[in-house]
This record gives sequence, structure tokens and C-alpha cells, in this order.
Amino acid sequence: MSKKVEKLSDGINKGLFEFADYDEVKAQRGGYSNYSYWRSTFQVFSKNKIAIFFLYIVIILLTFTIIQPYLPNQKSPTQITIDENTGMQLRNHEPDKEFYFGTNSIGQDLWARIWSGTRTSLFIGILVGLWDAILGIIIGALWGYVRSLDRIITEIYNVLDNIPNTIILVLLTYIMRPSIPTLIFAMCMTGWLSMARFIRNQIVIIRDREYNLASRCLGTPTSRIITKNLLPYLVSVIMLQMALAIPGAIGSEVFLTYIGLGLPINIPSLGNLINEGRGVMMVESLRYQLIFPAIALSIITISFYVIGNVFADAADPRNHV
Amino acid sequence: MIQYAFKRLIQSLITLLMVITIVFLLMRQMPEEGYFGTNYEKLDYAQREAILENMGLRDPIHVQLKNFYMQILKGDLGKSIIYRPKVEISAILKAKIPYSLKFGVATLSLSLGFGILLGISMALNKDRIWDRVGTAYIVFISAVPAAVYYLFLQLYVTDIFRLPILFNPDKPSSWILPAISMSLGGIASYAMWMRRYMVDELNMDYVKLARAKGLSNRKIMISHVLRNAFVPMIQYLPSAILYTIAGSIYIESLYSIPGMGGLLVDVIQRQDNTLVQALVLIYSSIGIFGLFLGDILMAILDPRIKLERGGTR
Repeated sequence: MSKKVEKLSDGINKGLFEFADYDEVKAQRGGYSNYSYWRSTFQVFSKNKIAIFFLYIVIILLTFTIIQPYLPNQKSPTQITIDENTGMQLRNHEPDKEFYFGTNSIGQDLWARIWSGTRTSLFIGILVGLWDAILGIIIGALWGYVRSLDRIITEIYNVLDNIPNTIILVLLTYIMRPSIPTLIFAMCMTGWLSMARFIRNQIVIIRDREYNLASRCLGTPTSRIITKNLLPYLVSVIMLQMALAIPGAIGSEVFLTYIGLGLPINIPSLGNLINEGRGVMMVESLRYQLIFPAIALSIITISFYVIGNVFADAADPRNHV
Repeated sequence: MIQYAFKRLIQSLITLLMVITIVFLLMRQMPEEGYFGTNYEKLDYAQREAILENMGLRDPIHVQLKNFYMQILKGDLGKSIIYRPKVEISAILKAKIPYSLKFGVATLSLSLGFGILLGISMALNKDRIWDRVGTAYIVFISAVPAAVYYLFLQLYVTDIFRLPILFNPDKPSSWILPAISMSLGGIASYAMWMRRYMVDELNMDYVKLARAKGLSNRKIMISHVLRNAFVPMIQYLPSAILYTIAGSIYIESLYSIPGMGGLLVDVIQRQDNTLVQALVLIYSSIGIFGLFLGDILMAILDPRIKLERGGTR
């Protein structure tokens, strides 16, 4: 292109004055970008090596947690092993080939208990995340979109948000009977608040954009505007909140178990295991009963926390190139 | 300004009233055995009814509620049932509050001081090793339940530094570890926000202008960036108070500090309804007051805040 033109007539030839063929691919090249929201999200996410590392860990952990009871040579988490030589419970057995993580103070296999506890805790976490999302989305969408409800819900939100979450959690679990549904209920009572507020704020920002005005003028019902025009913007936030609900729920469960409001001790959960371990932690040789559950718990919570945060960054369109 | 403060105060009071009502109604759902203490088994039906009648528990619910409000207005929280039978709760609490208060204040100042320092130093060393270490610390503290790392701190740090493992009011060294453990969460959240604000401010145009004027980095930092980043920090004061509350419940019972948090764990395990009720009310009032304080401080310090916004925050 940068060829220097000496004589004007040199640059002119017949070819320049013929009609070009219409090529669709070439025609689109200017105006079309092959941007896809989910692909960009994934690209940004996969650039973060640490997040990918934790993602693998979570995948391995989840798979193993699910298939562990069906593997050969696994013991039941509640079965009390009897020592054949003495006829007594095999108490505080050191970790070895048979009991990978040793046994606890009444002779139950810690390895099996940790996986079973992980299952319980993840189950609680996932359900809490789901319920938070459902409640938060419904209330947040109504709050942000229906103007006549704005005031009422804002006032209710202010009241609930003013009470320390820990106190709500303690009060509810104190009144109800300790069980998995109780825990889930109590955690959801506080968890949906932040979700609802975030969704509301986003919706307030988006709801008066032109396409929504147009949609409303055409008589689209509110429910349809919310589900079709607004919610797709919020997917990433919802995913983040759900990912963070898992470490949150595990933390609450450990806390509640410690103050005596957790699950009954016959259900292995990470909280119960930590609490059992705490009981014997002053004996140096038995500390493994605290350390193993603590390591398992830390890996799970940190992985979900990191993945959730990196994913939220990646899902933010402003970070897409 | 005064109008806003007044409005906000009314709002807090309404919240408090609703909390009192909800707590009262929920507490009435508890089984009635709780009101008899240890000698429930020894009483027959008529005696039990008589006792309940005496305590006013057979009145219609709205009368009970009215009595409860009046009681609280007078500052009377009722009597303990199981923890120390028939002792006024206010008398029990009087001995406990100083400890909780001291630890609360220590925790708040530690988390503010160290949190902001950490945040600043992370922002100044952005993307260098110190920033990475700080971020790892923040992620760890926010992800792992406090209940777990508190335990390990108690277990190993007491060993390494030869600190006492349980609290003893006469030994100053036994104050150190509980206060530090309690402030870890606050430090992490303050550091995270401080870093974020500093980094945001550093990219602003006025910083470029200041640099173009030839100001030294130090000067830009201290008189421009820090000042602007400080104001939003105030709004995290309430959440630091809430962190402290949650932390105190756990830490106080872990180190057997004779404060309110340890008491709450104790009375929950012994099912002393009136004490649980009193403590729940106290903790919620602290939380409500903290949020009120944070909002007012924010309004005083940041003139950009629009006071007419109403309830939405």
C-alpha cells in the first residue's frame, strides 16, 4: 500500500474499476465481533492459575465425596470398631494403613467420618446457597422493580439488617430442634438479605433503560420483564453468592456446633468433627483428630471462596477484553 | 443534619422495638419446662400451673407483651432460672460487662489500626510480594471459619510464646492472645477495603495532576490519597462491631473469659431461657447502635452524602 506513486497513471489499472464480488465473511468483518459472554468469562477465569488449581481441587473433592462410600474397603462413618484382641472399642487408634486418619475416642473411623461430614456440610451449604438465591432473587426483583413495594421492603430490610446475623442464627437454632432443616432454615433467614439488596440495586440501575421502557409501553407483563430483560444480567452475581454461601454455611455450622446448637452428634458433619477434635486437642498424640478435619474444612472453604471471587471478577463484563 | 440523625434514631428505635417483640414471641414457643429450673420433676400439674400463673405466663399474650415492654423500660431483664436461680440478670451482667467491653474496645482499636496499616502497605506495594502475602492472609481469614483458626492459635501460639492458655484477669499476658485472635477478622476486612480504596484513588486524575506538579510520592500519599480513602472506612465501623460481637461469643468461651459472650454459650447449653433472651436483646441493641453510629459518623464526615435519600442505603 505504501508504494510510492511516481506517475498518477501508473497506479490506475482496469481492475480498480470492476465490481467486487459480494463476500459475506468479508462484509461482516468490520461490524461483527464474535464476542460471547460465557466464552469471555471462561477465558478471563482460566487466565487465573490459582483459580484453576482450586477448581481442580473442588472437582476432585466433589467427585470423591460422592463416590467414596461405594469404594471398596470403606467403613461406615458411625460404625464403632471393636478391637479383636481386647474386645474393647478401638479408641484413639493412630493413623495407619487401615485407618488412614486414625479412629476417634469411641473407635469410629475418622477417614470415613470426614468424608461423610464433608457430604453433610456441602449438602447444607448448597441448599442454603440455593434458598438464598431463590429468596434473594424473588424479593430483590420485586423490591427493585415494583415501585409501590420499594418503601415497605426497604423498611423491612433495614430492620432485619440492623440485627447481628449471629444473633438471629443463635436465636432461631436455640428455639428449634437441632437438625439439618433447622440449620438450613436459620442460615437462610439471614443469607438472603445481601442477595436481595444486590439484586435490587442492579435492577434499579437497569430497569429504566430504553429497551425496558419500550417493553413496558408494549404492555409486557412485569413478570416477563423481570425474567427476560433483567435477570440475565444478574447471573454472575447469583453464582458468586451461591459459591460464597458454602464457606459461609460451613463456618456457621462450626460456630453453632461449638456453642451447642449444631447438629446432633450422631450425624457426622465438619462442625461436629472439629468439636470432637477440640475435646481431645490438649493431648499432643491425639491432635490428629482436630488437625485432619480442620485441613479438610480449610481446603473446601478456601477453594470455594477463591473460585467464587475469581469467577465474579471474570463474569464482570468490564473485565472482558 | 440533626433532622437526619433524628430520623435515623427513630428508625433504630423502631428496629429495637420489633426485635424485642420478635424475641419475646419466639421465646414463648419454648417448652414450658424451662421455667421451672431443676425441680420440674418434683412438681405436680397444679403446682406447675400455679407457678406459671404467678410468673404471668397464663395471661393473654398481649398483656404479657405489654408487661415485658414495661419491664424492659425499667431496665429490668428478669431473673435467671437455671444459671444462678432467682438472681437478677442485671446483677449477673454487671460483673460480666466490663470484661466484654474491654476486649471489645481492644479488638476494635487493634483491627482499625492494623487493618488500615496493612491495607495501606499493600496498596503501596501493589502486585509485589507483600501485597500477595496480605491477600493470602485476607482470603484465608475470610474463607476459613473463625472457629477453626482460633483453636489453632490457642493451641500453638500459647506453646510458642509461652502465653497462658486460659484467661486470668490478674495476668496481663493472658489478655494478649484473645484480643489478637478477636481482631484478626476485623484486620482482614479493613485491610481489604483500605487497599481497594487506595488503589482506586491512586488511579484518579488528581493524583496524576499532583505528580505532574512535582509533589513527592510521600506527600501525595499522605495529604491526598489517604485523606480521601479514610472517609469510606468509617462505614465499615458497624461491621467491625458486628465482627467483634460474633468473635467475642466464641473467644470468651474458648479462653474462659468471664464476659457476656462466654455467658451466652454457657446459658444456651444450660437452656436458661430468660438469660438467653436478655443476652440476645443486649447483643442486638449493640448491633443496632453500632449501625446507627456508623451512619451518623458517615454523614458528619462525608458531606457528599445526600441526607434526603430516605431509607435506601
